[in-house]
Amino acid sequence: MYETMAILQTMDNLYYEAQRQGRISFYVTSIGEEAINVASAAALSSDDLIFPQYREQGVLLWRGFTLKDFASQCFANDEDSGKGRQMPVHYGSKKLNYITVSSTVGTQLPHAVGAAYSLKMAKEEACTVAYFGDGGTSEGDFHAAMNFASVLEVPVLFICRNNGWAISTPASDQYRSDGVVVKGQAYGIRSFRVDGNDTLAMYSCVQAARKMAIEESRPILIEALTYRIGHHTTSDDSSKYRSITEMERWKSLRDPVIRFRKWLEGNAWWDEVAERRLRATARNEVITTMVRAEILKKPPLSDLFKDVYDSVPVHLQEQEAYVRSTVTRHPKDHPSDVPL
Amino acid sequence: MERDPTVCVIGEDVGHYGGSYKVTKGMAEKFGDLRLLDTPIAENSFTGMAIGAAMTGLRPIVEGMNMGFLLLAFNQIANNCGMLHYTSGGQFTIPIVIRGPGGVGKQLGAEHSQRLESYFQSVPGLQMVACSTPYNAKGLMKAAIRSENPVILFEHVLLYNLKERIPDEEYVLCLEEAELVRPGQDITILTYSRMRHHVLQAVKTLVSKGYDPEVIDIRSLKPFDLFAIGNSVKKTHKVLIVEECMRTGGIGASLRAAIMENFFDELDAPIGCLSSQDVPTPYAGPLEDLTVVQPPQIVFAVEQLCKH
Repeated sequence: MYETMAILQTMDNLYYEAQRQGRISFYVTSIGEEAINVASAAALSSDDLIFPQYREQGVLLWRGFTLKDFASQCFANDEDSGKGRQMPVHYGSKKLNYITVSSTVGTQLPHAVGAAYSLKMAKEEACTVAYFGDGGTSEGDFHAAMNFASVLEVPVLFICRNNGWAISTPASDQYRSDGVVVKGQAYGIRSFRVDGNDTLAMYSCVQAARKMAIEESRPILIEALTYRIGHHTTSDDSSKYRSITEMERWKSLRDPVIRFRKWLEGNAWWDEVAERRLRATARNEVITTMVRAEILKKPPLSDLFKDVYDSVPVHLQEQEAYVRSTVTRHPKDHPSDVPL
Repeated sequence: MERDPTVCVIGEDVGHYGGSYKVTKGMAEKFGDLRLLDTPIAENSFTGMAIGAAMTGLRPIVEGMNMGFLLLAFNQIANNCGMLHYTSGGQFTIPIVIRGPGGVGKQLGAEHSQRLESYFQSVPGLQMVACSTPYNAKGLMKAAIRSENPVILFEHVLLYNLKERIPDEEYVLCLEEAELVRPGQDITILTYSRMRHHVLQAVKTLVSKGYDPEVIDIRSLKPFDLFAIGNSVKKTHKVLIVEECMRTGGIGASLRAAIMENFFDELDAPIGCLSSQDVPTPYAGPLEDLTVVQPPQIVFAVEQLCKH
C-alpha cells in the first residue's frame, strides 16, 4: 500500500507540473487523499465495480492501471483505451472494473446502485463502490441513490471523500448537517465516519463495510475525513480562497503518506534507503512513460465516428466523408500526428 | 422477458400496479419484483440506475410514467446515456430502452402533454423510434430491447386503446426503417405516432376528392430513413410533414433540412410542415384541439401543395 501511495504522489506531482508546462491541458491531483484512494482499493476485491468521481486515480493504480496507461489517457494518444475521447484523468477500464469517469458530479451514484442491483440479480459475490466528495452530497442524485439503495437492499458502498472543499466552497457552506455520515442514517443506511488520512483505519473500515454490504445485501455509507491539500484541478489556484498557512500545515503535519511511512519506519519495515530508491524509481518511470506518450501518434480520424452507436449509421458516415474531404482539400492544415 | 433473464423494467408503479397505462400489467406476478422494479420518485436517478445496470450486464427498460417526467432525467440521458459508450472508447455499452407515454392527450394539461422527441434528437449516441400501431409497437419494442444502443421509444397516451390483429409469433421490426402505410403518386406525407391516424383520416377525404397521397410513417425519428423517404420524394416530388411536436426545433424542422439537403432537385414545391404551435398545451378541450394538427388542416395543406 505504501509504495502505491508514494508512486501516486510522484505521478500526481509530475503530471501537475506537466500541465503547468503546457504538455497536457488539464490534470486533477489527489494530494492529501492517497490513503483513502489506496487503502480503500486494497480492501476491495477485483470483482467489485468502481464508480469514481474523478479524484480516485489511486484506486486505479492499485488495481493495475500502468503508468503507461495513465500517460496514454492524459496525452490522448492511440494507445489510450478510451481512444482519446475523454479529457485527462477521465480514465476507464472494463478489464479492471473501473467505470469510465464522467465529469458530471454525482451521476455515478445512481449508476452504482443500478449496477449493484445487477449484481444482486445475478447473485454475485461482489459489491459496487461509488466515490464522491463533500460537494457531491448536495446533488439530487446523491439523495435519490442513497434512498434507492436502501429501499432496494443492494450491495453498494458509498465512500465520501470529505476533503473540506468543493472548489472554493468550504464544507460549512455546503451543508449545515453534522457532516455526511448523518445523512446515511436519514435514509436507513448503516453509516461510518473514519479518519481518511489513517491508512490502516481506512483499510479496516472498507473491509468491514464490504463484508456487510455483500453478506447482508445492503448499502453502507462511509464518510472519510481528509483534506484537499492540492488545488481542485489545474484550473484552480486555491490560494485565492484559503490561506497558504492552512495548506502548508496539512501538507507538513497531516500528510497521510508521511504518516503511514512513519508508522512503517517505526516497525522497521521501511527506511530512508528504501524511500529514496522508491521515489527515484517512481520519478524515472513516470517521466519515461510521459515522454514516450507525448510523442506517440494520436488516435486516427477513422475512430472519430465510431462507438457513437454499435455500428456507424449512414448519417455519421456522411459526416465522416465530409470531414475527410476537408482534410483532402487542405492537407497542409491537417496535423501530422493524427493518422487518417 | 421470457427469452432473456437480463431484461428488466424499472420505473414508478410498474410492478404490481402494472404501470400507469397498464403496459406492465400482470408481469410482476410472472417475473417477480426484482425484474419489475418499482422505484421511488426520482427520474434522473432511476434512469441513472438503469444506465449503471446496463453497463454491467442487464438490459433495462426504463418507463417514464409520462414521457414528460423524463425531462428530469435529461442530465443522465444527455450526459451519460448517449455518451459513455463513446467516451469509454467502446468499453462499456448501454443497451437501455427508455420508453413511456407522451404526446398530447385528452385534457391532461401542459405538463402532461410534453413531446420530448425535439429535445432529445440532438443528443449523439441515442436512437429514437415512435410506434403508432399495435403491430409496430410490438416489433419496435423487441428491436429496441435487443439493440446494443440506447433507444428511446415514444409511445402515445391516446394510442394505448387501439386494437389490431397481430401475429402471435415473434417478429422484430427494424429500428431504422420507415413504414409505407399507403402507396400513392401525388404527394409524400411523412408522419409519425398519433398524427399517422389523423393523416389517414384526412386521406379518406383526399381520396374522395381525387387525390392519391403516399403516406409514410417515418417511425425512426433518429436517424431518419432517408432511403425510403428519398424514394418517395423521387416519385411524388412534393412533401408534407405532419407532426405533433412543436414547430420550433421539432422533428419536422430537422426532417425538412435533411430532405432539402439530399433531394432538392426532386422537389417541385417547398416542403410543407404542419406542427403543433409553440404554446404550452391548454387544458380546455377546444383550445387543446386547436394546438394539434387536425385532418381538415392536412387536407387543405395537401390541396395547396398539389397546386404546384
